[in-house]
Amino acid sequence: MAEFKPAGSMYEWFDQRLGIDKFLKVMMTEYWIPKNINFLWAMGVLLTVMFTILLISGIFLLMYYKPDMNMAFDSVNYTIMQEVGYGWLFRHIHAVGASVVFLIIYIHMFTGIYYGSYKKGRELIWISGMLLFVLFSAEGFSGYMLPWGQMSYWAAYVITEIFGGIPVIGGDLVVWIRGNFYVSDSTLTRFFMLHVLLIPLAILGAIVVHFYALRFPHVNNEEGEFFDFDKEADKYLAGDKKGSKVVPFWPVFLSKDFFVLGFFLLFFFYLVFFHYDFAMDPVNFDKADNLKTPAHIYPEWYFLWSYEVLRGFFFDIAGISGKSLGLMAFAFANAIFLVLPWLDRSPMVKPANQRPYFKYWFWFLMVDLMVLTVYGKLPPTGANAWVGFASSITFLTLFIALPFITKAEAKKVGGK
Amino acid sequence: MKELKILAVIATLVGITYYGIEPYAHHVMHPEVKEADFVFADLKNVDTKLAGNVENGKTLVEANCLACHAIEKAGHPAMMPNADAAASYGVVPPDLSHAGRIYDKNYLANFIFDPVSAMHLSHKYPVGGAKTFPMPSYNWMTGQEIMDVVAYLQSIAPKVADNAEGHKVTFESACGRCHSMKYGQLEATTSVDTIKTYMGATPPDLSQYIKSRGEHYLHGFINDPQVLLAGTSMPRVGLNEKAQEEVIAYMEETGDRKKAEREETGLYVMMYTFVFAMLAYLWKRKIWSEVH
Repeated sequence: MAEFKPAGSMYEWFDQRLGIDKFLKVMMTEYWIPKNINFLWAMGVLLTVMFTILLISGIFLLMYYKPDMNMAFDSVNYTIMQEVGYGWLFRHIHAVGASVVFLIIYIHMFTGIYYGSYKKGRELIWISGMLLFVLFSAEGFSGYMLPWGQMSYWAAYVITEIFGGIPVIGGDLVVWIRGNFYVSDSTLTRFFMLHVLLIPLAILGAIVVHFYALRFPHVNNEEGEFFDFDKEADKYLAGDKKGSKVVPFWPVFLSKDFFVLGFFLLFFFYLVFFHYDFAMDPVNFDKADNLKTPAHIYPEWYFLWSYEVLRGFFFDIAGISGKSLGLMAFAFANAIFLVLPWLDRSPMVKPANQRPYFKYWFWFLMVDLMVLTVYGKLPPTGANAWVGFASSITFLTLFIALPFITKAEAKKVGGK
Repeated sequence: MKELKILAVIATLVGITYYGIEPYAHHVMHPEVKEADFVFADLKNVDTKLAGNVENGKTLVEANCLACHAIEKAGHPAMMPNADAAASYGVVPPDLSHAGRIYDKNYLANFIFDPVSAMHLSHKYPVGGAKTFPMPSYNWMTGQEIMDVVAYLQSIAPKVADNAEGHKVTFESACGRCHSMKYGQLEATTSVDTIKTYMGATPPDLSQYIKSRGEHYLHGFINDPQVLLAGTSMPRVGLNEKAQEEVIAYMEETGDRKKAEREETGLYVMMYTFVFAMLAYLWKRKIWSEVH
């Protein structure tokens, strides 16, 4: 055991035992971030704050929520929304936060794609990030069921039904997931468990991995420039703050994040108090009724693009049923982002607009995802069905073509 | 400048997507329908310009209505308990105390003349069909007599205060025989089993209808259910504009009780956040001036 000198102050006493000085240096004041960044680099901190807000509001809701199909609806809409002091506030924050967090996730994700922050050593940041996306999706989906409204019920019904299309085990799998032949009390209770325990635990773990994966390859910058972080850090510590290409996480990087956070929260709270219908669908204020199917069933907006890929295939092709094709396309769409670092064969780490071919791919993808999202909500009838089909095919084609496009780009730029 | 450009690009992409999945999708799924008609222009059987005679109306009401209807406010209690009345007629006949106040004059007169056509329920009670509406048509009365009845009902209807209590009274008279309001501790006066047989389906509890349907939809729907939900067994009840607004106000007062608190708190939270954002901005400028 190390020898301990008598501590001169309480701070020193703790420092001897916990290494506070060293810890703060490693985590904050000597954790180096590139200086050449814009406000899109604040999305990570925004997401951390949003997750914290969701966690805290969720804990408050948990005190009054009842995971029982006969009590859930009233426990949310009466007890929490009307009886408990400021219960409505926590519910609004939680519901709107769950929706807005996906907006920021998408911005964060497409920032990564735009600036090429997923390759040349940053593969694990990307993969852990996509893992978080999957976990947040599961968290959002399981949470949406808890108020036990009509859309909770029927969206859960439709989405769990999707697994039924898997060959051989499909039918049994659906029953295994629901805990019954239809969406019922057992489904609600297990989704409750997933939502408040298992998935949040997994998310916490994945966040730690995501942050840690960032540590060695370092954060990307606006120009995709690679430089020696140690050298730039020494420059900064030697006093050449203006000449150094890096800034410390605290206070420099975070001061900018807080500024972005402030204006983001202004937008967020506007939605929470005055414009929440997009996240709290009116249909969901009707209690779940398994005998009454709503006229239009649609998932939350952040699932719409992949939902549209699923239902885009509405007719049989070459003897394979539309349903199976849709399911395959859906599986492809959800898995393909994960391997993006290996689909991009170009060595360029540059913002998309400086890449000769990738820029077209990127903006094409953005437009296609927007079309998929909008048509994922509209009723799939008439021309809408064909728009859905075309944009689903476009989505698949874009990802199949990506290796070829980027290979050609690599040739053009000559490995730079 | 560059950052503002990035922000503008993101705002545009998000804005277009938002427009597509909210206002546009909503417009596609719920096409606009005609405005509420508080004149009930389709009802023309009775000349409502005739001035009614209250005294004669009183005589007519006492001779023709009291066998089934209570008028508590005029000293005529119900003939039998609600359960028995519901069992006899299918639904508890309305107490007429507030009829003169909550129903449109033209609607009320034409309703007395022929209830089924006024309620837009001909699909449920076709002429010569197996089912008949519990209240007979009073088309043998002259227009003058009907207007006398209307004048009498208007004369006895008590005023209600323009507050939650008053709105509740209007809701109970207009909707409370069939609909419950669990969050307002109101139970439909006709029991669930009876009303289900009578209507063909259980009329929904309206506790959260202000949220699930929204004010705009309710305005159109209550005015004429058939327009928004063709074939529904809910009748057109014929509320005048003021009574309908009171009903919707009550639905909001029970279904969205924290609205005032929400809007007030929202303002404070946003002011606080704005101060935070400005301080954060100033701090950021100070810190970054050292590194740029």
